Amino acid sequence: MRINFNDQEKILTLEIEEEIDHHMAGNLRREADYEIQRRNPKRIILDFNNVVFMDSAGIGMVIRKI
Amino acid sequence: MTKKSYDNEMNLEFLSKSSNESFARITVAAFAAQLDPNIEEISDIKTAVSEIVTNAIIHAYDSNDEIIKIHSYIKDNCITIEVSDTGKGIEDIELAKKPLYTSKAELERSGMGFTIVENFMDDLKIESILGLGTKITMKKIITKEENSLES
Repeated sequence: MRINFNDQEKILTLEIEEEIDHHMAGNLRREADYEIQRRNPKRIILDFNNVVFMDSAGIGMVIRKI
Repeated sequence: MTKKSYDNEMNLEFLSKSSNESFARITVAAFAAQLDPNIEEISDIKTAVSEIVTNAIIHAYDSNDEIIKIHSYIKDNCITIEVSDTGKGIEDIELAKKPLYTSKAELERSGMGFTIVENFMDDLKIESILGLGTKITMKKIITKEENSLES
C-alpha cells in the first residue's frame, strides 16, 4: 500500500496495490489504522485503481472505515 | 474402473490457513482456463472460490491446520466446484445466506460472501451437518463466444 498525505488539506490517500482477500485485509487494516491515528486526517481516500482482485473482505474493510 | 461422466476433473487438498486463499482461487481459475472463459468469468470464479474457502477457514475450524478439500470437474461448458470441510457446520443456512449477516462481526466481515457467490455463479448449493462439516457446490457455465479474429 502506498501512502500519501496532503499536510495542508489533511487528506490521507491510501493507494492499495495488493490483492484484497481475508488474508491480506488484516495487514492492510493495521497499516491503515496506524496511518489514520498518526496523521489524524480530515478526509481519507481509498484508491482501488491498482487492485486486481478483491472479495468481500475488501467490502468489510471499507464498511468498517465508514 | 468406472468411466467418469465428466470431461476433466481435479482434486485439491490444503490446510485451513488464510495464506491458502489465493492458492485455492488461482488453482481453480487455472483449471477453469481450459474452457476459455473471458476475464469476467475467470474473475467471478476466483471471487467465488475465495469467498467459500475463506468461509471454511474462518467459520469451520478453530485452528489453521485442518483440511479443506476442493473437487472440481468440467462437463461440456460447465465447471462445478465443490469445497468441503469437516468442521463445525452451519447452524442456520438461510440466515448465513442473508446479505450483510455475519456471525463474526468482530472480524469485520462484511457478511456478503454467499450473496456474492449467488450472483457471480450460475448455481449454489449448501449442504451442512452440525459437527460434521459443510459442502458447498457451485456451478459456472462458460459462454462460448465467437472469436472475431478467426472469422
